[in-house]
Amino acid sequence: MNFGQSFRLAVKSLMTSKMRSLLTMLGIIIGVAAVIIITSLGNGMQNYMNDQFEEMGSNLVQAQVYLTGSSLDVKADDMYALVEKYPQYLSGVTPYNSIQGTVRQGSDEFKRTSVYGVGETFYNVNKNTIMTGSSLGKGRFLSYVDVEREMAVCVIGSYLEQEAFGGDALGKTLTVSGAPFTVVGVLDQSGDSSEGSSDDCIYIPYTQANRLGGSQWYVLYMFTSTDRSTAAAAKGIVENRLFKAYHDTDYYVVLTSAEMMDAMDSMVNLLMAILTLIAAISLLVGGIGIMNIMLVSVTERTREIGIRKSLGAKGRDIRSQFIIEAGTTSAIGGGIGIVLGIIMANAITNVIALVLGTGNDGFVAMPTLQGIAVAFGVSVAIGILFGYLPANKAAKLNPIDALRYD
Amino acid sequence: MEHLIEFKDIYKIYQMGEETVHALDGVDLTIDQGEFVAIVGQSGSGKSTAMNIIGCLDVPTSGTYHLGGIDVSTMEDDQQAEIRNKMLGFIFQQYNLIPKLNVQENVELPLLYAGVSAEERHERAIRSLERVGLADKRKNLPSQLSGGQQQRVSIARALAGNPSVILADEPTGALDSRTGREVLSFLQKLNAEGDTVVLITHDNSIAVKAKRIVRLQDGRIIYDGDSQDPQAVVQPEETGAADEDDGFAALLVEEVGE
Ligand SMILES: Nc1ncnc2c1ncn2[C@@H]1O[C@H](COP(=O)(O)OP(=O)(O)OP(=O)(O)O)[C@@H](O)[C@H]1O
Ligand SMILES: [Mg+2]
Repeated sequence: MNFGQSFRLAVKSLMTSKMRSLLTMLGIIIGVAAVIIITSLGNGMQNYMNDQFEEMGSNLVQAQVYLTGSSLDVKADDMYALVEKYPQYLSGVTPYNSIQGTVRQGSDEFKRTSVYGVGETFYNVNKNTIMTGSSLGKGRFLSYVDVEREMAVCVIGSYLEQEAFGGDALGKTLTVSGAPFTVVGVLDQSGDSSEGSSDDCIYIPYTQANRLGGSQWYVLYMFTSTDRSTAAAAKGIVENRLFKAYHDTDYYVVLTSAEMMDAMDSMVNLLMAILTLIAAISLLVGGIGIMNIMLVSVTERTREIGIRKSLGAKGRDIRSQFIIEAGTTSAIGGGIGIVLGIIMANAITNVIALVLGTGNDGFVAMPTLQGIAVAFGVSVAIGILFGYLPANKAAKLNPIDALRYD
Repeated sequence: MEHLIEFKDIYKIYQMGEETVHALDGVDLTIDQGEFVAIVGQSGSGKSTAMNIIGCLDVPTSGTYHLGGIDVSTMEDDQQAEIRNKMLGFIFQQYNLIPKLNVQENVELPLLYAGVSAEERHERAIRSLERVGLADKRKNLPSQLSGGQQQRVSIARALAGNPSVILADEPTGALDSRTGREVLSFLQKLNAEGDTVVLITHDNSIAVKAKRIVRLQDGRIIYDGDSQDPQAVVQPEETGAADEDDGFAALLVEEVGE
């Protein structure tokens, strides 16, 4: 029969009992909102990671080497030698070790400051940037001599300069785990210059870091390949060298930035898939809720069904009326769920920005058009699916019995 | 000539556990185009059963029923629905309007199921409502109308599809006597304009307004003839009551007396 009238009737009966309609749709609303939030988070996470990798460059090759403490272990010098040997593939390498250490300046303590031990090649002279993408603002970066002689010098982020030195840090001193370091350079602001952000950091010579960090069980080397296209070949070279040292692939992991990105992406995707599945259960429950209410509705409206049949409604007319009604209910529920999901995703973005202090260019939980379309489609499909049984029950009612019912 | 309604040896038998009830027990009946027939009888005599079969809401256990020359006694549900839609207009005791739909939407329903376009539906519904004098109430909900008005809406709905037969089952049963008479005279008017009307009632004073009376008792026709014939309103001997209401009252008196 007429779709328009069924639709209007469905909306009308939803409007007449708002509380009941809301409760009917609740499962669908929650389910759809959850799917939207989860897909938004996943999308945001992927975008965020991609941005981070983009900043670091697509020609990075990272080698994680586990230390055995034996003479087998490769040294930083071995890695430097490798770069010199294959200049057509490798353009640089630096150790890159994050260490735990308390940063102090005067009586101030900076608990959330990240401390990294790196080599001079962490800085690209031509581009005036370090490997994380930040550019050098004042002074100089760590030099070959600093590293070789284990000089107590450091380069700090803009947040630290502001907070610890009031905006004038060059030549001044702070301590990391009690050891004094003189500031020789300051990086430009790259994050929002808040506590714990990418501007709250210190770079010291890796030779110093090795002493401060105590015994670590692995070291990281960041290689740069000459180009994005030589990254895979560069990875092979590093792997070969490490295999020659260890004769065992278990002692090291070498990844290009593309691979790291893929690995992270697939991890995020897996996580999202699991969470979406859980949200889908809520949709299923929502569908059962709709079926339940539709069965009640069919019983309540037995007489109406009888009247319609006496006036010439066929089984399929009645069936489609109730299916359209169930579909409309779940579609409206889905619509509300989408709006709710988008609002929540925005709220989460703001909360994360607040907690991480990354500001607006940090993590954004971005709803995807795909996610919205799928969530809406699934909710309508669930309404139709779970509406079918009650609709069929209505369609099969005997008109005489239905007319007599009250 | 061909009859509009033709029952041939119609039986409707209900099996109630061990007991079998012959609601209709070999009924032969013909009704022609343009007639105004009242089917009367006591409670349980089979009036509603007959009406359900005439109205294609039910099929007989045996026998054949031709409506407008078509054998409808063995039809499938959906085929019956189509016959109801095209050929029959129902008027029920309880009006049976759909409470959520306004007057016009109610009247449009048979046209909707006939697949009539929206524009034509509106037009025909309004024309039909004009015939019962309620066109100005077309945006009202049924609950905003009096009982008599609601019954007139249901008449408008029955007329909208331009049916061959108008079937009215106790149409005045829920109305006071004055509005009941109004509705009745309306049916007479329709009949005068050429519509075929089959009226079901247990009330002799209503039945005599029809041209012809068919009296049922225990599923059988015991009288079929002119409504003005004194025989038509003679009560069956067994009960000794003028009509069913009195019979019921007598029964009560009897029980109280015991
Ligand atoms: N669905 C059914 N199942 C079993 N018996 C039925 C059924 N419908 C009707 N009957 C029986 O058939 C007989 C005729 O019933 P029917 O409803 O036709 O009577 P009626 O003349 O319309 O009575 P009333 O004036 O009270 O409406 C009754 O004995 C009734 O009990
Ligand atoms: Mg009856």
